[in-house]
Amino acid sequence: MGMCPEHYIDYMHDYLDGDITREHEQELKKHMQSCVSCQKHMHELSDTVAFVKSATHIMAPPHFEANVMGRLPKRKNVLGIQKWLRRHPIIVAAAVFFLLMGATLMASYPNDNQFSVTTQPNLVVDGQTVIVPKGEVVKGDVVVKNGNLIIEGEVDGNVTVINGSYMASTAVVSGQIEEINETFDWLWYKIKKLANDAMALFE
Amino acid sequence: MDALVNKRIKQVLKGDQNAYADIVNLYQHKLYQICYRMLGNKQEAEDIAQEAFIRAYINLHSYDQKRKFSTWIYRIATNLCIDRIRKKKPDYYLDAEVAGTDGLDMYSQIAADEQLPEEAVEQMELQDRIQYEISRLPDKYRSVIVLKYIEELSLQEISEILDMPLGTVKTRIHRGREALRKQLNNL
Ligand SMILES: [Zn+2]
Ligand SMILES: [Zn+2]
Repeated sequence: MGMCPEHYIDYMHDYLDGDITREHEQELKKHMQSCVSCQKHMHELSDTVAFVKSATHIMAPPHFEANVMGRLPKRKNVLGIQKWLRRHPIIVAAAVFFLLMGATLMASYPNDNQFSVTTQPNLVVDGQTVIVPKGEVVKGDVVVKNGNLIIEGEVDGNVTVINGSYMASTAVVSGQIEEINETFDWLWYKIKKLANDAMALFE
Repeated sequence: MDALVNKRIKQVLKGDQNAYADIVNLYQHKLYQICYRMLGNKQEAEDIAQEAFIRAYINLHSYDQKRKFSTWIYRIATNLCIDRIRKKKPDYYLDAEVAGTDGLDMYSQIAADEQLPEEAVEQMELQDRIQYEISRLPDKYRSVIVLKYIEELSLQEISEILDMPLGTVKTRIHRGREALRKQLNNL
């Protein structure tokens, strides 16, 4: 076989891959008619292919799918939580605070959920909603606690809404408008105080 | 099938982990078969095939849906198999106890260049013999032979899975066939 040009072996492989040119195929066939060694080589290659192709199909074990599903990382949830935490740092701070301080501190929380409002005669009170009526001018600061404020007229002073919402469309307020969420402010106050107390320990 | 696969992939990407079960179901046998033929060991094949599905899941966002999913996941699996083969190479040994319990597993424990006695090979069952001969191939030929003759993939698909030029795939298949031919006729 050592006598045969090497390219006949290449042609055999091209033939087995199904991408031999017509010319090469004819050249190979012509050579093989007179070359026993190349006939033998081609025969062995074909047998080799048939041998590998006779391998039976192997199936995954029956529990395979369940095992994969059981091993999947809970990626989406973890990412979701991380994203949420990053967007809500105050809640995180509060959660940490609650965890650290526990219920003892909460006992000192001013449990005052009563609705209250400053007493100007031209304020209209409807349930827990305070209205500055259209055309009216309320003199002095208006403070609403645990209720909502709707300003349709004018306020000649500061407006403060604690634990409620403030609504005004064409409102005219001469002073400052402030909305306070008391729970968070109280927490913030406590956290700052704790931090200061802690700092004081090291001074 | 591609439409269903892409639909499931979108569901998984939106956070529906259960949609991945259908993908595992569709490809588990093919993937396990590649791993088994590459590694010659049931336990390792299962381990690596599972790992391939998990890696695919984790990296699903980087899969290009215009391409075939099978190509992508076969690539992950073959890469893991090749890594595993390279890592365990120095650890080949013939374990009499393993040989007694599972014929197929025994042959995977033998070094690629280590040959069983002629007599033992001749007495093997055909299927054991096929796996034995595949496992004796160097890994760069083993992967192309498995993908071409066991998975019956086109040369183009093999070139995409292994990320190598078509010409290289052809050369490796030619050499792999020659290596197998010599193994089978050198007894
Ligand atoms: Zn010849
Ligand atoms: Zn024959």
